[in-house]
Amino acid sequence: MASGSEPILEVRDLVKHFPLTQGIVFKKQIGAIKAVDGVSFELSKGETLGIVGESGCGKSTLAKVLMALERPTSGSVTVSGRDITRARGGELKRMRRNIQMVMQDPYTSLNPRMTVGDIIGEPYEIHTEAAPKGDRRKKVQELLEVVGLNPDHINRYPHQFSGGQRQRIGIARGLALQPEIIVCDEPVSALDVSIQAQVINLLDRLQKEFNLAYIFIAHDLSVVRHISDRVAVMYLGKFVELGRDTEIYDRPAHPYTQALLSAVPVPNPEGREQRERIILQGDPPSPANPPSGCRFRTRCWKAQEICAEEEPLLQIRTGVGHESACHFAETHDVVHAG
Amino acid sequence: MSNPTPPVGPGLPEAPALVTDTVTAPAPPRHGKKAKSGKPASLWTDAWYDLRRRPMFILSVIIILVLLVMSFWPSLFTAIDPFNARTCDLATARQAPSAGHLFGRDNLGCDVYAKTIYGARNSIVIGVFTTLITTLVGGLLGIVAGYFSGAVDAVSSRLTEIFFAIPPILGALLIAATFRGRANSILLVIIALAVLGWPMTFRIMRAAVITAKNQDFVVAAKALGASAGRIMFRHLLPNSLAPVIVVATINLGVFIAAEAALSFLGVGVQSPDISWGLMISDARDRFLEAPLPLVFPAVFLSITVLAFIMMGDAVRDALDPKLR
Amino acid sequence: MKSTSTGVLPAEGGLGDHPLLAVEDLHVEFRTRAGVVRAVNGVTYSVGPGETLAVLGESGSGKSVTAQAIMGILDMPPAVIPKGEIRFRGTDLLKLSEEARTQVRGQRIAMIFQDALSALNPVFTVGWQISEMFRVHRGMSKGEAMKKAVELMDRVRIPAAKQRVHDYPHQFSGGMRQRIMIAMSIALDPEVLIADEPTTALDVTVQAQIMELLAELQRESQMGLILITHDLGVVADVADKIAVMYAGRIVEHAPVHDIYRRPAHPYTKGLLESIPRVDLKGQDLYAISGLPPNLLELPTGCSFHPRCPYRQDNCVTDVPPLHTISGTRGSACHYWREVVDGERQ
Repeated sequence: MASGSEPILEVRDLVKHFPLTQGIVFKKQIGAIKAVDGVSFELSKGETLGIVGESGCGKSTLAKVLMALERPTSGSVTVSGRDITRARGGELKRMRRNIQMVMQDPYTSLNPRMTVGDIIGEPYEIHTEAAPKGDRRKKVQELLEVVGLNPDHINRYPHQFSGGQRQRIGIARGLALQPEIIVCDEPVSALDVSIQAQVINLLDRLQKEFNLAYIFIAHDLSVVRHISDRVAVMYLGKFVELGRDTEIYDRPAHPYTQALLSAVPVPNPEGREQRERIILQGDPPSPANPPSGCRFRTRCWKAQEICAEEEPLLQIRTGVGHESACHFAETHDVVHAG
Repeated sequence: MSNPTPPVGPGLPEAPALVTDTVTAPAPPRHGKKAKSGKPASLWTDAWYDLRRRPMFILSVIIILVLLVMSFWPSLFTAIDPFNARTCDLATARQAPSAGHLFGRDNLGCDVYAKTIYGARNSIVIGVFTTLITTLVGGLLGIVAGYFSGAVDAVSSRLTEIFFAIPPILGALLIAATFRGRANSILLVIIALAVLGWPMTFRIMRAAVITAKNQDFVVAAKALGASAGRIMFRHLLPNSLAPVIVVATINLGVFIAAEAALSFLGVGVQSPDISWGLMISDARDRFLEAPLPLVFPAVFLSITVLAFIMMGDAVRDALDPKLR
Repeated sequence: MKSTSTGVLPAEGGLGDHPLLAVEDLHVEFRTRAGVVRAVNGVTYSVGPGETLAVLGESGSGKSVTAQAIMGILDMPPAVIPKGEIRFRGTDLLKLSEEARTQVRGQRIAMIFQDALSALNPVFTVGWQISEMFRVHRGMSKGEAMKKAVELMDRVRIPAAKQRVHDYPHQFSGGMRQRIMIAMSIALDPEVLIADEPTTALDVTVQAQIMELLAELQRESQMGLILITHDLGVVADVADKIAVMYAGRIVEHAPVHDIYRRPAHPYTKGLLESIPRVDLKGQDLYAISGLPPNLLELPTGCSFHPRCPYRQDNCVTDVPPLHTISGTRGSACHYWREVVDGERQ
């Protein structure tokens, strides 16, 4: 896949804490939900970075901060050389043209009282400089065709389409301003199995056609593997492992990644009795009160004293070719083992 | 063996799924002509197109038109002028309906039919204008408070709570009595009722907006860089209008009835001026002996309220693309 | 043999010749204003003691409606069962009186749902809700029932059950709530457990815990388990046999290994091929074309024909019968031989 060298998105030490307050009139902060707690990565032109993690790990908050829908507590998100977290007003609006999103739920992400033409045309009404008024309708019809919908359906309403078709409408809206980056937040998880493949193929084709860079957030590991060049594994607000898709899937080094991969049911019953399975105990701790040191230590079978005392940084470690955040990182192919 | 569909499988550069998908759309095209013509549709043009085809809407509009004509040109409907004292005759008080006096006569011997026709103007003007003002003020403030939340919401919500704490008739009585004589009595009634009526609309609009603003399509609009005004009026308003329309049409009747209560208490419309409310309260004392002077204006009042509720229902349905 | 009298409860003890639970040619329709929605159109499947049947299908395939018909929790009307039998130990549940049905529901056939939070009452403690099963159905005292509730919570591995028995549903995580639901469903030792997408709302690591728990409980008690899901991975992990549903019909049924090795219906085959595979990275995924059918207007002939790469002229006109491929396998496709052989036309 074409991945240029110079990054078009650079995220540095991104932190987003939601304050927990008490009282109505005189609000007092009693703590914070540490949804995103120090995330750094880069994204090149035309590249796909997959982000996997379980619910509550902060991946959706990360998407919102990248899209400048939430202001981060600290850190920076640099889009084509400018920090979007500090941009305001007209500058922020201009920057939005370059980073767009596709949302998870195709039922609630389209205004039920707008026609498809109005929904896909809205980007042009907001950014009037993107297309002259007379051209907009034609552009919308072209976009409909690009995402595989009938351009004659421009006057229909969202409820007249199936889930998969609605997701195509959402994708067309994201493409309208010709962004270089699209943040996809669980773009297929609400769709039927037989429709998921259609939408993934579409995203793949659009990436090649328009040289798009994707941040692809999902909990379905096989889908992420299929579409991503690099994959980040997120746990309680932090990346615990980051590497090329083959590195993460074939040589995972962090115990959490290993457990996650082994927990994914393999759609093949052959040898299911012999398969190695790491079943984690308990639930992830609350992001309001994460464990000291390594956040995964409370569920980790490798945990030792140092894990509670010293936070393992995301870095390249001995014997592992990619970045991982574990004091005892060692590669182990869980999927093909056993 | 021949097969009409081409093989689909991995390795093909373009999934045929895309092609097939365009052909099989689930819903049939709506009003056939328009879908093809390529003219841009919007919620409002589609709603108007749809409304013109609803018998309930057409019927309610006809009734409302008749009522409006009645309000402004009552002489078209009756030859008797109820403001002319000579048309009343105490000797014929509470007379049963007859050929010349279809609805009979009231306590003072005046023609009930003529008074009902002439009473329409005040009642309808009060009902319609009070509803318009409460809906506009309450609705607008409701959108703003619901969208911005925070301080704007806190202040306006507390303000409405103060208004809610005032017993409505007592409050209206106070306002109307205080400014009595400084303004037209009809205007006073409208203002008094509107001041006490808007918090209800505000509450409903605010609640609907708060529900709507948490939906993903609002987040999507923000991600596109939409301004607050665009989000409020393009996205939130159309999705929050339904409950407001229902309440507005019901309130219309409530306001007409409230005007009657104010008249009864001595503020608002006063004899010799005429309104349905005044007629109803006048006829109340002798209702058992002579029910008709109360029944006829009450029936007109009901028809008016019903017509507006029917129209509101039709508009609400037309604004929901799923119901078309 | 089937029982025609009402009010006769299914026998206990040995099964004789009867399967534990058998659905036979079941039809369910919803009579709505928009028309008749044919949600289930002739479903036949069975499950034995200790066996796991996976019912695989997408939304609208009728898999959940079938389960609700077995439980007798469909809203009738609008639902109507014009045809079919649901035999539990040889007794047709559809012919039982409502009273007798209540004796079966929850006690001998139990069900767990996808959304455990909405299935639990938020204003009662979980202990109260679990122990209610014993108080109502077993006539136990409050104290006794509460003790049983703690035992059950231990059995579904809720840590510190003794303390947590007095907590409310919102104080538990999603995985723990699903465990509570499971505890309630197995409280009365049911013979059949229907699990409707039990892990869809859960994360993969928690899903693995729940599936392991279900398998263990099943081994201990020899329950028949009907697992309703759309997840091909979960099915491959735990099922003994699979019934694949499409547009309200079973389009293929087979032992689990056969289906993954050589699917005999184009729909099953398409689903399996659309799973992303490592060796096909960078290529397009195989995608079943078109859209799931509209249940108000099912396609003529085979419901799958508009999306089928094996389609011939007779698929448009003739409804394919469920062909027997071997003693344990069946496929509702005119051209199942070609599908099994893997020649796509």
